[in-house]
Amino acid sequence: MNILVCIKQVPETNKVAVDPDTGVLLRGGVASKMNPYDLYALETALRLRELHGGSITVISMGPPQAEQVIREAFAMGADEGVLLSDRRFGGADVLATSYTLSQGIRSAGAFDLILCGKQTTDGDTAQVGPEIGEWLGIPSVSNVRRVIESSPEGLTVEMDMPKAVEIVKLRFPCLLAVDKDIYQPRLPSYVRKKATSDRKIRILTLADMEDQEESHYGLSGSPTQVQRIFSPESEITQEIWRGSGPELCDRLYDKLTELKFV
Amino acid sequence: MEKLIIDQAKVGDIKKLIALCPFHALEERDGKLEINAACKMCRLCVKQGPSGAVTVQETEDRRPALDKEQWRGIAVYVDHVDGEIHPVTYELIGKARELASKIGHPVYALFAGSGLSEQCRELLHYGVDAVYVYDQNALEHFTIEAYTNVLEYFIENVKPSSILVGATTVGRQLAPRTAARVKTGLTADCTILDMSPDTDLIQIRPAFGGNIMAQIHTPDHRPQMATVRYKIMTAPTRSEEESGEIIPCLLPEKKLHSNLDVLEVLPKAPETSIEACDVLVVAGRGVKKEGDLDLLRELAALLGGQLACTRPMIEAGWMDAKRQIGLSGRTVRPKLIITCGVSGSVQFAAGMNNADHIVAINTDEKAAIFRIAHCCLVGDLYEIVPGLIAKIKANRGLYHDGI
Repeated sequence: MNILVCIKQVPETNKVAVDPDTGVLLRGGVASKMNPYDLYALETALRLRELHGGSITVISMGPPQAEQVIREAFAMGADEGVLLSDRRFGGADVLATSYTLSQGIRSAGAFDLILCGKQTTDGDTAQVGPEIGEWLGIPSVSNVRRVIESSPEGLTVEMDMPKAVEIVKLRFPCLLAVDKDIYQPRLPSYVRKKATSDRKIRILTLADMEDQEESHYGLSGSPTQVQRIFSPESEITQEIWRGSGPELCDRLYDKLTELKFV
Repeated sequence: MEKLIIDQAKVGDIKKLIALCPFHALEERDGKLEINAACKMCRLCVKQGPSGAVTVQETEDRRPALDKEQWRGIAVYVDHVDGEIHPVTYELIGKARELASKIGHPVYALFAGSGLSEQCRELLHYGVDAVYVYDQNALEHFTIEAYTNVLEYFIENVKPSSILVGATTVGRQLAPRTAARVKTGLTADCTILDMSPDTDLIQIRPAFGGNIMAQIHTPDHRPQMATVRYKIMTAPTRSEEESGEIIPCLLPEKKLHSNLDVLEVLPKAPETSIEACDVLVVAGRGVKKEGDLDLLRELAALLGGQLACTRPMIEAGWMDAKRQIGLSGRTVRPKLIITCGVSGSVQFAAGMNNADHIVAINTDEKAAIFRIAHCCLVGDLYEIVPGLIAKIKANRGLYHDGI
C-alpha cells in the first residue's frame, strides 16, 4: 500500500498582539512545528502500513525550512519526504495551494491512499484536502473518525455528519481527511531521528511539475485576494472589576443573581 | 495582478521593516530585503514601512475579463441529513436576503436529496425566490462526487453570483470540492459578509490565529463561494405565508455515479452539545492542572450549564474536542458564558462573542478576552470560583433549609 500524507509547518503559537496605536502586528519568535492535526493522519498511515505493508511518503509545501516537519515525520516512521518549495508558489489561497499540492503529488509518484489532517491550526479552513481530491479526480471523505476495515483494495470508514455517522466504503485511490478521534499519535523516536538525519528529501519546484504555467500557481493562481487586514473592533458596554478575590466573588454572585442565573 | 517592488535605497532599518510583516514574508539576504513565498499581499509593509521602500506594481493581467452581469442571484446550499434541514440553512437564507437586496438580486436555495417534496416547502417560509430541488433516489445519502456534480450542474445552469454554504461536516467537504471543480475562490468560516455594488461579495474572517480580521474578495471569478458556521448569522422569523417557487430539477443519470458506497447511516447517540447550552463555563490555560477542571465543572453544573474549553485544553488532552469553543472547535451562543483563565484569541472569540453575557476572569488586565467581555474580572480564578461555588451552595442550602 502506497500512502501519501500531507503535512504542514505551522507557527508554534498563534499569539500575536496588535499595537493599538499603529495597528501593526507584533509577533514573537518564529518557532514552528508540525500542524498538530497532521499527526493523526500520519498515525493512521503508520497503522495501515503495519497491517498491509507498503511505504509512506510525506509531502509538504512551504519555504526550505519546512524540511524540519518532514524530518519529524521520518522520526515517527515515514519512509520518504517531498517538499514543494518555490517562490512562485507563494501567496497561494486554497485553490492555488491545493492545485500545487495535486501537481506535486502527481510528480511524486502513484499512491493508493492520500491522508490529510482535519485542518491546520494557522489557516483553519479544512478545505485543502477535499480540493486536492477534486484536482486528482479521486473520491474524498472528510471527518473520518474511524477506519472500520481496510484491505489492499480499499477501506470502510466512519464519517462524522451533523446528526449521524455515515459508513462509507471506498476503493483506492482515494483521499481521507481524518478527525482527532481516530488514533492516538505516537511520539517521534530519537533512534529513528538519528537514523534518518541524512535521509534525502526530494525538493520539487515549478520546473518539476506537469503544468508549468506560472499563472496557475501562487498569488496569480488564487481567485481570492486579501483586501485588508484589521483589528476587530469592540463596541460593547463593559464593566471592569478590580479588587480582592472575595470582593470579586461577591460582585459576580450579585451580578448572576441580578441576571437570574442563580 | 499586482506585485511588490522593493527599493533597497529606501528600506532604511531593514530589521524594523521585516518586523512589520505578520506572515514572515520579508527576509534579509546578503544585506538586501527580499520577499519570500509567505507573502499574502496584505500590503502592511507598503502602508506602514518607510515611504517608497515597498511599492505595489501592476503586472500584466492574464485573467480573462469577467462579465459580472452574467452572474445573478445568491444561492444557499440547503444542509440536511435525510431531509432534516440544518438550522444554519435558515440563517444563511436570512443573510442572503440582506445581501441580495443591496444589489437587486434574487435568493435561491439549492436542495439535493431524496423524498424532499415536503421539506422543500418549508424553505418557502423564509424568504427565498426559488428553491431548486434535485430530488433523486441516487442522492438519498450524501456522497461527495454526486453532490459536487449537483452543485456544478446548478452553477452551469443558474449562474449564481454567490453561493453560501453552512460550515457543517457536509458543507466543509462539499464547498471546497465544488470550488475546485469550477475553479473559483472559497473563503471558509466567514464571520461577516457584505455586498459591494459591483456584486463582489465582501468576506471577512479571523485570520492567522491572531487578533486580526482579514477582508477577502474574489474579484475575477464567479460564483463567489463562502462557508459560514452555525450560529454566526441570525435566522429570519418564519413567515406564515409561503413565498417563492419550487423548481424541480434533474441531474443527468451519468452524473449520479459515485466511486464510494454508503453502506449505512446511523444516528448518533444524543449528546448534550455545548452549542445547545444556555450557560457555559470555559476553562482556559489559566487552569493549572487537570484536576482543577472539577471546580469549573461544579460551577457549570450549579448554573445549569456545561463546561467548555479552549484549544490548549484539547492539545493537553484534558478535555474532549467536542467541548472546544473557537474556529477550530464549536461556535456557541449561550445566554451566559464565564471564561476562566482564557486569554481570548480571535479564534476563540469568533466562536463565542455572540453570547448575551460574557463574564471573563483573568489575572492579566491586558488579556484580549477583556476586549469582548461585558464583565471583566481582573483576578485569579482560584480566588474567585471556589468562593462563588460556596456562596451559590450556601444560599441554595438556606432556601432548602428554610422549608
